[in-house]
Amino acid sequence: MIPAIEIQRLNKSFGNLVALEDIQLSIAQGEFFALLGPNGAGKTTLISIVAGLVMANSGQVKVMGHNVVTSYSKARSVLGVVPQELVFDPFFTVRETLVFQSGYYGIRKNKVWIDEILHRLDLADKADTNMRALSGGMKRRVLIAQALVHKPPVIILDEPTAGVDVELRQALWSFVKQLNQDGHTIVLTTHYLEEAEALCQHVAMLKKGKIIVLDSIRNLIDKIRDISLQLRLACEVLPMQLIKWSSIKQNECYIFKIQDYLEISEILTILKQEKIEILEMKLQEPDLEEVFVRMMSDESFIGT
Amino acid sequence: MTGFLTLFHKELLRFWKVSFQTILAPIVSTLLYLLIFSHILESRIEIYPGVSYSQFLIPGLIIMAILQNAFANSSSSLIQSKISGNIIFVLLSPLSYFEFFGAYLLASVVRGLLVGLGMFIVVSQFHEVSTQFPFWIVLFVLLGSMILGVLGIIAGICSDKFDQLAAFQNFIILPSTFLSGVFYSTLSLSPAWQKLSYVNPFFYIVDGFRYGFLGVSDVSPYLSLAAVIACFLVVSLLTLNMLKTGYKFRH
Ligand SMILES: Nc1ncnc2c1ncn2[C@@H]1O[C@H](COP(=O)(O)OP(=O)(O)OP(=O)(O)O)[C@@H](O)[C@H]1O
Ligand SMILES: [Mg+2]
Repeated sequence: MIPAIEIQRLNKSFGNLVALEDIQLSIAQGEFFALLGPNGAGKTTLISIVAGLVMANSGQVKVMGHNVVTSYSKARSVLGVVPQELVFDPFFTVRETLVFQSGYYGIRKNKVWIDEILHRLDLADKADTNMRALSGGMKRRVLIAQALVHKPPVIILDEPTAGVDVELRQALWSFVKQLNQDGHTIVLTTHYLEEAEALCQHVAMLKKGKIIVLDSIRNLIDKIRDISLQLRLACEVLPMQLIKWSSIKQNECYIFKIQDYLEISEILTILKQEKIEILEMKLQEPDLEEVFVRMMSDESFIGT
Repeated sequence: MTGFLTLFHKELLRFWKVSFQTILAPIVSTLLYLLIFSHILESRIEIYPGVSYSQFLIPGLIIMAILQNAFANSSSSLIQSKISGNIIFVLLSPLSYFEFFGAYLLASVVRGLLVGLGMFIVVSQFHEVSTQFPFWIVLFVLLGSMILGVLGIIAGICSDKFDQLAAFQNFIILPSTFLSGVFYSTLSLSPAWQKLSYVNPFFYIVDGFRYGFLGVSDVSPYLSLAAVIACFLVVSLLTLNMLKTGYKFRH
């Protein structure tokens, strides 16, 4: 099956600034993919090139097999993009905005689908409100609706939840998950790593224009395997047997680094033998955030 | 076709929703020119034999308003879309650059026509306006507003800020229209100014348009027609090439 998005040897500079360097990336159809990276890493630039808004210096990009430069019309009609910036046309209402957007994609009668997305994004009662009169979060929902008018098989969302309240965020993700289950490929960028972890299968991490990590989220987390066990104990000094676990003391708590859950029982057995009471216990498992922080801080750690 | 029609429709609505400023205001301000100039100069000047100054001035003012509004339409629409960022909705869509060009161009022509028609209707209430050759009138209205619509697209693409667009308008469009023989016949100018007028493409639009009304003109209407068509082709090809390469739009 052709990949939803295929990027080969892509380079982009703005003057002296190298925004993207030798990007190689393939996203399969049906995937829920996260594109992560700190501010200025090049995420939006990459998305803009895929969308045809920015021209690359070299390399090629295909969306559903269509080259974004040479067959731009086909490539754009299978792609829906939610831009990061909150942009809108102050001349029109929400419904007019969506009707026009449908028209740009060659769709003349789209009322049923427009009504459905308005409903799903909780915009139905704002349909005839002028864009100017919407709150920031509502404007973002309209942006999402605009990206969906033509039911694109590939959907890219550039920080769709920035400035959106908790309730809508939940609703939004369940909507996007539904779209993914219906077969749409979803690519998203976000700075909320729990979101990415909960939703996505694969992730690419960008740093200074380079992809430094490209893997499934499961693999990445498994690779770290550092579990930390936090214990607040009723004792002044740790028993000798526990010294072999490198531990640090932090606000009354001992933090033990372990590699395997079985080690927990070992530690507990020792504590039982020594008759040390456990006042509080917490287990911290590695998450995507941990992976992210390590990758971004460690210069030498270039992952798979 | 739907894509093109949608963008065209959107562009029409954009100015129609604010027609007070985009159609009515230019009509009123141009009528003021007519009032003032014809009042001052009516009795003193007769430009062509048997043609009063008002009769001479009216077609000039009408075409000037048409040209300025055709330019204003595409240029201000584009700069607004660029600055507010909503141009992205068109750029993300599969619309071809040809459709983009056509939609902005036609909307400019329609705005120019509405302003021109409004002027004509109001003016003919007070003055006797002869229309000798309607065919030439329509031809030059269309070609003239097309050229200015395209120039508006160029200005909209090239400017990043409102003041850059204003500079384009104040230093290129305004002088070229004022010096195109709207208020005077180039035959009355010194040879140097005359030569300068004859390299100004706006002169041919005005002169050809006026021929349609009066049946007399400074140069042959066929020469004007050729000049205007050539000018349209040149600016269109330039613009299409800009749009095709994504100049300033897809950096
Ligand atoms: N039009 C432009 N002209 C010049 N430099 C640009 C342009 N667009 C982006 N850049 C630069 O390219 C780099 C990557 O920017 P980009 O917007 O892709 O980052 P990002 O990963 O999306 O960041 P964020 O998380 O803040 O959205 C930045 O250093 C930015 O300053
Ligand atoms: Mg960004």
